[in-house]
Amino acid sequence: MDLSTTYLGFKLPHPIMPGASPWGLDLDKVRQMEDAGAAAIVMPSLFEEQIIKESLATTDAMDTPANSFAEALSYFPNIEEFRIGPEEYLETVRKVKAAVKVPVIASLNGVTKGGWLDYAKLMAQAGADAIELNVYYLATDMDECGRDVENRAIELLTAVKAAVKIPVAVKLSPFYSSIPCMAGLLDKAKADGLVLFNRFYQPDINVETLEMERVLHLSTSEELLLRLRWLAVLSGRVNASLACSGGVHTVADAIKAVMTGANAVQMVSAVLKNGPAVIKTIRTQMAEWLEKHEYSSLEQMQGSMNLARSPDPSAYERANYVHILQTWKAQ
Amino acid sequence: MAEKSMITVDANEAAASVAHRLSEVIAIYPITPSSTMGEFADEWSSRSKRNIWGTIPFVQEMQSEGGAAGAVHGAIQAGALSTTFTASQGLLLMIPNMYKIAGELTPFVMHVSARTLATHALSIFGDHGDVMACRQTGFAMLCSNTVQEAHDFALIAHAATLKSRVPFLHFFDGWRTSAEVAKISFLADEDLRQMIDEDLVKAYRDRALTPDHPLLRGTAQNPDTFFQQREACNPFFDATPGMIQEYMDRFGKITGRQYKLYSYEGHPQAEKVIIAMGSGCETIGEYIEWAVAKGEKVGMLKVHLFRPFDMKGFLAAIPKTVKAVAVLDRTKESGSAGEPLYQDALTAVMEARNEGTSPFAVDPKIVGGRFGLSSKEFTPAMVKAVYENLGAAKPKNHFTIGINDDVTHTSLAYDAEFDIEPANVVRAMFYGLGADGTVGANKNSIKIIGEETDNYAQGYFVYDSKKSGAITISHLRFGPKPIRSEYLIRRANFIGCHQFGFLEKYDVLDTAAAGAVFLLNSPYGTEKTWDHLPREVQQQIIDRKLIFYVIDAYDVASKTGMGQRINTIMQTCFFAISGVLPREEAIEQIKKAIKKTYGKKGEEIVKRNFQAVDDTLANLHEVKVPAKVTATVGRPPTVSPQAPEQVRNVQGVMMANKGDSLPVSAFGADGTWPTGTTKWEKRNIALEIPVWDPAICIQCNKCSMVCPHATIRPNVFDPALAAKAPEGFRSVDYKAPDFKGMKFTVQVAPEDCTGCGLCISVCPAKDKANPKHKAINMEPKLPILEREKANWAFFETLPKVDRSKIGKVDVKSSQLFEPLFEYSGACAGCGETQYVKLLTQLFGDRALIANATGCSSIYGGNLPTTPYTKNKDGRGPAWANSLFEDNAEFGFGMRLAVDKHAEYATELLKALAPQVGDDLVKAILEADQSSEAGIAAQRERVAGLKAKVAKSSDVKAAHLGTLADYLVKKSVWIVGGDGWAYDIGFGGLDHVIAMNRNVNILVLDTEVYSNTGGQASKATPIGAVAKFAAAGKATGKKDLGMIAMSYGHCYVARVAFGAKDIQTVQAFQEADSYQGVSIIIAYAHCIAHGYDLKFGLDQQKLAVDSGQWPLYRYDPRRAAAGESALKLDSGAPKIPVSEYMQNETRFRMVEKIDPKRFAELAKSAQEAATKRIAFYEQLAAVNIAKPKADGAKDAAQ
Repeated sequence: MDLSTTYLGFKLPHPIMPGASPWGLDLDKVRQMEDAGAAAIVMPSLFEEQIIKESLATTDAMDTPANSFAEALSYFPNIEEFRIGPEEYLETVRKVKAAVKVPVIASLNGVTKGGWLDYAKLMAQAGADAIELNVYYLATDMDECGRDVENRAIELLTAVKAAVKIPVAVKLSPFYSSIPCMAGLLDKAKADGLVLFNRFYQPDINVETLEMERVLHLSTSEELLLRLRWLAVLSGRVNASLACSGGVHTVADAIKAVMTGANAVQMVSAVLKNGPAVIKTIRTQMAEWLEKHEYSSLEQMQGSMNLARSPDPSAYERANYVHILQTWKAQ
Repeated sequence: MAEKSMITVDANEAAASVAHRLSEVIAIYPITPSSTMGEFADEWSSRSKRNIWGTIPFVQEMQSEGGAAGAVHGAIQAGALSTTFTASQGLLLMIPNMYKIAGELTPFVMHVSARTLATHALSIFGDHGDVMACRQTGFAMLCSNTVQEAHDFALIAHAATLKSRVPFLHFFDGWRTSAEVAKISFLADEDLRQMIDEDLVKAYRDRALTPDHPLLRGTAQNPDTFFQQREACNPFFDATPGMIQEYMDRFGKITGRQYKLYSYEGHPQAEKVIIAMGSGCETIGEYIEWAVAKGEKVGMLKVHLFRPFDMKGFLAAIPKTVKAVAVLDRTKESGSAGEPLYQDALTAVMEARNEGTSPFAVDPKIVGGRFGLSSKEFTPAMVKAVYENLGAAKPKNHFTIGINDDVTHTSLAYDAEFDIEPANVVRAMFYGLGADGTVGANKNSIKIIGEETDNYAQGYFVYDSKKSGAITISHLRFGPKPIRSEYLIRRANFIGCHQFGFLEKYDVLDTAAAGAVFLLNSPYGTEKTWDHLPREVQQQIIDRKLIFYVIDAYDVASKTGMGQRINTIMQTCFFAISGVLPREEAIEQIKKAIKKTYGKKGEEIVKRNFQAVDDTLANLHEVKVPAKVTATVGRPPTVSPQAPEQVRNVQGVMMANKGDSLPVSAFGADGTWPTGTTKWEKRNIALEIPVWDPAICIQCNKCSMVCPHATIRPNVFDPALAAKAPEGFRSVDYKAPDFKGMKFTVQVAPEDCTGCGLCISVCPAKDKANPKHKAINMEPKLPILEREKANWAFFETLPKVDRSKIGKVDVKSSQLFEPLFEYSGACAGCGETQYVKLLTQLFGDRALIANATGCSSIYGGNLPTTPYTKNKDGRGPAWANSLFEDNAEFGFGMRLAVDKHAEYATELLKALAPQVGDDLVKAILEADQSSEAGIAAQRERVAGLKAKVAKSSDVKAAHLGTLADYLVKKSVWIVGGDGWAYDIGFGGLDHVIAMNRNVNILVLDTEVYSNTGGQASKATPIGAVAKFAAAGKATGKKDLGMIAMSYGHCYVARVAFGAKDIQTVQAFQEADSYQGVSIIIAYAHCIAHGYDLKFGLDQQKLAVDSGQWPLYRYDPRRAAAGESALKLDSGAPKIPVSEYMQNETRFRMVEKIDPKRFAELAKSAQEAATKRIAFYEQLAAVNIAKPKADGAKDAAQ
């Protein structure tokens, strides 16, 4: 069965790849994922804020006590190699690139234009085949309106595109007033791909201690539905290739993602839970399913259930909402 | 001749640079002020810097200086070119090996930054006490007087020792030279190669011990031969001075710098000559240049070679015209006929006279004097006084200079105003806080000026004796000629005051020369600053016609994201105003330095610093100085008028930085000081302080438990007393049943709090509607200072809770006991002091504390004020520090004395029963002292006993009177850090544990040598970076607790108050109640771990939750009861060790340098933690059959 697909301009033998996760930094795991047949490796985000924060905090922790007390003018050895910055990440990009044959997609989450540009360039120099820009941003300022947030993302993409020659995908959050408009603007700004969606890590509240708790729940197939809807809405309407990220756990999930228009299917929770082998399993099962259902190729299925081609497009639109609410009541 | 390049370094770096390049094996141990020599060597080797033969020297940290000496002795016996670096007590520990090395005629050089020996007090500062204690070892002793000489003589020593075979002690003055930054000419590898004779290296290796041509050394000899063989080495010593001179001559040819063993400077027909060694010679030289130009016939003999003492060469160097000689020694030998150099000078002159070879026209008068002990200032004014003394008909002998000895009247008077500093030297002083980065910026400035201009530069830095809110004073000189002024700046033409508050505490402008520039960091702006200056400061500005600039550096820092770091801003101001460099060039150089300093810490830091530089100039303004003083308020007195007389007259003067003015009579003769003096030093270093909200508080007292400085205190009191409370004093009904009907309060000492925030971090009580608001919250101090001062004053009048009324001692009730350790100089947020404070709360009124040298002895005993204090009955901890290495034995000795006193008192009591009364005797001897009530009752009995025996004329009764207090039980504590317990003092610690006497050992485990600046100890955990473990320690932490447990009879607890405070409190009580030896190993977070200490408690929790620091108590009383002695107090690990590690720079550094290595080390740490806990769990499950003897009675609770 021909499962081949094109994502960010890369001709891939099939659409299944691990999404951005800590395993993308672990050479052993990366090798295992490639062995399991991953179509590409997506590395987790380099967070510009984190680098700045660590740089400030470390400088503060090391410099403030220094040169204060006669007997201890410093508390740490003066090591040339100790540098706070993206080097550690870039070194990993280099190593991952050397370790695997499949495309390596580095990810970047930044807050300033300077940071985006510098790091994107460095990633490209380190050998990344593509970059996934993660525009994770939580607006908390009442004076900052949606358009400001969107414009900034567009500006950043434009700048990064101008700075690097490799393909650039944008990983979106589902919280835009109009995802099609936002996607259209990104498409115009020459995004090579759109990744739907980023999963927000939302803190929980401990009602006993009145503290915020950072929790990380792995996704479930439930989360897929949101992706399916917007993949279907965008499929066939943007030049950028589309990736589904979040909620793909079974072969059925993966097939749905492709049917709604995904060129690539990223898996994280399922891989973390079941190990890299799950990539191979899904790929095999997908081939079997396509054969059983007498598809000629994956391409034939790609986008078959999108807004334009689906037999009941209203299901993706507002009518569906009304319909479900009513049926729920009736149950 | 190699191309000359100039470098700006201190003498430690200058000497180490040569030593590292000429050695193969370097064994060291940290000790101030020599530690940085070892650190440089380690840093260079870890960066693969090679010696002149192309190989990277091994650098090995040992467990003590004794260990380092042993290691180098072994290395040189086996033929490796070796060196070591040390000072002070560390040098003393090397003496046994030094005798051996010299006796065996083994080429070797050690470099010593000479430091005061501890006598009546420890001092980290400089004099020749330590090196003079080695003059009998047989080492050649070569003294450098300047940073350049430290560089040059290091090479001459390493070269000459190979030829002479006599080992060398190369030394220079600790601090004044070792830490002085100066511009010097660098010796390239090629220079070194030209000085080292390869055939001598070969000969050296040929003498090595090797089984390939075996030899034997270190025999034992008998009366028949020892003496003769001891004399057999004489030819080598006789030849050594000549050989050194040969190498000095060769060195002169190579570098153009010609040295002499005994170097004369001054008038060729001098009549008055001073003979001296060390940095003081430069100051004498400075005076001589000035005096000879005026026609005075004065001169100086600089002694570079002290051993072997070449009498002929020495005499030959002194002008024949000399009539009077003053020999200055920078050391004191109580009870001697005179100090060493003086005695040698006398011997030389007398021998020549006796032999008829005296070169002098007339027999000169010779006197000796002492100067500069513990880095005491030595100025041209003092030099002048020494020459003037020589002019007297009967010059004072055995004099002192630089102090006012009004007791035995040894001191020479001098004119403190006398000043001869050359006019072409820029003299700049900077008053900063340690935390604001002033010193670092000044070191950069010196490098900029030293390396980018033709000027010579000198930098010297004076630090605080406190570790929090520490003041630094930088002294920078720049001039066209090498700078010889080896003393603090006395007339500054630039003064930078980087903290406005200093103007109210210190006489910052005392040293301002007329017309000097005064730069002030002021929050009040150009217009208003003048009005905020104290009267004295205004007067000085007007009188001395100072040019006055202000900048609001904190405002610029905050706007450019620099936080509290104003270093770059103030540095930019200095360059902008001082004109040392053209402004544009200066800014370019500052930016270059920023890039170099901060580049590896991240681009963002560099950017922010650049921005700060750019924004500075627009905010720097000159103030138009009014013609008249307008201020009505002057500088407040340093110490409250309520303070005891001695505190006002002695400690108060020291607090104001005027301690130099105190005469000898101000001090006790034996180094004894009263306790309880920190309370008079109101340091006011916090910008924000915690304020208690009684409405939210659940009265758990955890805030008090975690406070490092005992500045937050709870109390319960009679509601009737509340009537007298000032307005704004907060209290609430006490909630628990034990003091029903009483009021409860929590009060902060607003002027003593350091603002660390640990209390906020621990507070569990939150406002339900606004959980951000806790029962204790930080508020800006200034607006509430007066109110809180009044509250604190009232709080102090409240009676303390009656100790005997407190039932169960837990975290909450322990904090109602008065802390007898308060307001120490420890770092803000320190993680050690809570344990010390708890100790004093629980047992302070009956505790003797032996304290190993280290952080705890510094914050516990560094003058001017000390934190151990007394309760209202006048009882409190008696505290002493002996040494670093002997503390377990020291405390053990205290126990022996206390036990002997108690035993003898018991014997006397029994013997005197007929006089005292059987009932009282019985009651005293059978008293149950296991509770506070029991102790109080015993104290009463003993008071009665003392009253009775006082009436008796019996000698025994008199003895009993002096010893009766020992019938009340005492608690002996042996306190120190991990460097002491795990490394240098371990042998003694082990022995004391084995002896099983009733002593309690408290190990404050920061897992690194904190006091000397972060060197690895055997307590350093795997994966942590430390000095001498720069790649991250590859081996695990020594399990000291397990070693102690192996004896079976030792109570052992491992605690972390931030993780489980109640377990800490239990452990302290059990350790005290256990009648044998106890050890508590206490986790202490530390600035050397590299994170904001307000998260210290969180890190303690993570350490325990990850299994990195398991909590347990091993109580032999449980074993006696047939249970397992070991009880694990922390559960199975809940999180991976890496989660704990990733928050601390000490671990993160490894991850940044080498992620793979970090992963491996983290894995090893995890495995070790898992194994350790499994092992402890199994041990905790071991039950031993209950012995038949009735041993269960006093089983553990």
